[in-house]
Amino acid sequence: MARINSAAELEELRKDILSKRDPDQPWIAVCAGAGCLCLGNDRVISAFEEEIRKQSLEAKVGLRATGCHGFCEKGPIVVIYPEETCYLEVTPEDVPEIIAQTVIEKKVIDRLVYTDPNSGEKATHLSEIPFYRHQTRFLIGNNPKINPKSIDDYLAIGGYSALAKALFEMSPEQVLAEIKKADLRGRGGGGFPAGLKWETARKAPGEEKYVIVNAHEGEPGAFMDRALFTGNPHSVLEGLIIGAYAIGSHQGFIYTRHDTPQLRENIDIALAQAKEYGLLGENILGSGFNFNVEVHLDIGIFVSGESSALMRSIEGKAPEPRPKYIRTSVSGIWEKPSNLNNVETWANVPQIINKGSAWYGSIGTERSKGTKLISLSGKICNTGVVEVPMGTPLREIVYGIGGGIPNGKKLKAVHFGGPMGGSLPESLIDTPLDFDALAKLGAPMGAGAMLVMDEDTCMVDIARYFLDFLTGESCGKCVPCREGIRQMLKIITKITKGKGKEGDIELLEELAGAAREAALCALGRSAPNPFLSTLKYFRDEYEAHIKEKRCPALSCKELSASEGAKKNG
Amino acid sequence: MDNDSIDQIINKHQGKASSLIQVLMEIQDKNHWLPREVLEKVSEKLEVPFSRVLRIATFYKTFRLIPKGRHEIHICTGSACHVRGAQRVLDTVQDLTGIKPGETDLDLKFSLETVNCLGCCTLGPVMEIDGKTLGKITPAEIADELKKYD
Repeated sequence: MARINSAAELEELRKDILSKRDPDQPWIAVCAGAGCLCLGNDRVISAFEEEIRKQSLEAKVGLRATGCHGFCEKGPIVVIYPEETCYLEVTPEDVPEIIAQTVIEKKVIDRLVYTDPNSGEKATHLSEIPFYRHQTRFLIGNNPKINPKSIDDYLAIGGYSALAKALFEMSPEQVLAEIKKADLRGRGGGGFPAGLKWETARKAPGEEKYVIVNAHEGEPGAFMDRALFTGNPHSVLEGLIIGAYAIGSHQGFIYTRHDTPQLRENIDIALAQAKEYGLLGENILGSGFNFNVEVHLDIGIFVSGESSALMRSIEGKAPEPRPKYIRTSVSGIWEKPSNLNNVETWANVPQIINKGSAWYGSIGTERSKGTKLISLSGKICNTGVVEVPMGTPLREIVYGIGGGIPNGKKLKAVHFGGPMGGSLPESLIDTPLDFDALAKLGAPMGAGAMLVMDEDTCMVDIARYFLDFLTGESCGKCVPCREGIRQMLKIITKITKGKGKEGDIELLEELAGAAREAALCALGRSAPNPFLSTLKYFRDEYEAHIKEKRCPALSCKELSASEGAKKNG
Repeated sequence: MDNDSIDQIINKHQGKASSLIQVLMEIQDKNHWLPREVLEKVSEKLEVPFSRVLRIATFYKTFRLIPKGRHEIHICTGSACHVRGAQRVLDTVQDLTGIKPGETDLDLKFSLETVNCLGCCTLGPVMEIDGKTLGKITPAEIADELKKYD
């Protein structure tokens, strides 16, 4: 691979890549996301390889192992282009038939396409399946089209054109102004305007500045960043380089999980390829701008996703947060200005630069712009990674996309934002997906993990579960978090065991108040959220546990021994 | 673990004190756990006080200061698995192996850990043995599954 030295050379290379590709040539995209991987897609991929070899179709049919397609429920997923025929739950035994019938004869195999469970209607193409039809997939929609290990695939769909535009047609100030105008808000949980953060880092004194991708994604039930970053690493990297240019940083860090080897591999390959092409390193695209990236791994504690803790971890120290009266964008890694954004936030940057802030501003609600990735999990028919415009009613996500609640059960609540988020009852299901609307109701969106619960889920137990999680993940530095959460957990555990007493709720509220006021970081301050929101909307369940020693959902073992026997067998 | 392989890992990170976490991780990847002598060597070579090496090694749950069993069982207790019955899976595994999360049995056969989310929530409840994922597992299937390992 030759180094690219100008924007014109980049366009030439892109043309060259596209000219070698016949748009009519069939190619097969097999999903290799985490969900499909667990479902044995590796055997499907090798079956395709073997069949293509057997029939000597190597020159005529392309095969790609791609990132997550999103519809994890029906994996392994195979999409055949250019028709975009989508096959679900594919087994290795189906492969010869797919090659013979669909790839060569262009016939659709009926039994492998999506069938609507209610109407019995079939949907052959990816875009016709209700799960996809109700989505707007600007970020994750490219996953099926590219091999994450190939920078050429990313260039073929227009990749790095935003970087060239930023470097050659815009000043750093203009890039910054565009992001501010787009009102891009941080996707990691806080919803803080990215443009303001960038500006603070840019204006902060000091020559050396850092930019960081937070790919920690530690909350249980959140898997959208992994899906995006593993499936399309260059989109995040491109955003990061543009951000570094706007901020005036020459060193970036990617902070990610140690337990997702596939993600690590794709990041490493992406960095190496970008470097070879001259999109990373010294004198990027001949513009004179230098930028390098280092990868750091989180090793299994939730609090290291908190910005100041994450920065300590990059320094090689224990990840303890510090009070943030001075923002990390002024004093972060080694006390240098450090701008941290989440994977999804960075991935939004290239499209804003390419299509403009006015386009971006036209999507979403007044204060929440663009699309949002959601990991949909729990008691829902279609688990998976979903991308919708901000402002989409939750009902649309649960029923339109998610397909409703399985086994004819009733929806009870949706929980947003994992252990630091809150639950909303069924009656509020028409609330729009919006940072402020959800936060106002006590269920802040967080990073976008949406857990759906049916009538069998005990809300007291859910609060207990998240507190249990947080006790293990607290760094232990400040008392309100270390001791407060532990005591809250003790009391709630007693309640779920039928040992609750009058006054427990009030005591819990007092502890929650103290943690909210006095904890050092967001983890401690928002730890009481699940308790407070479940108490707000499901107080009767707490009271039933305490006063009647009864679990209305028949979920708490100790309380439903007799009634539960019928149910749990 | 011999000096040479430790040196190799440390050299890869140019002996920077800030690479402490990465170095310990790579050593553990190779050796499966971190013996005290290894930590002492790391301290000496990275010129990081032994107390700080220990602090890092004990702070993170991922680092293990005791030997591991031949087979590692991970049970996902993430929220999606939780609402789908991860606790019953965990209870069954504990009954069958006699160990709790974080422990290794006396024959060094199994080590048991709970993890917070494996990212394949579709398949919940999820259990992983030696990196092999078993999705939608029921307590009844677990005994047969564990018999496959020795």
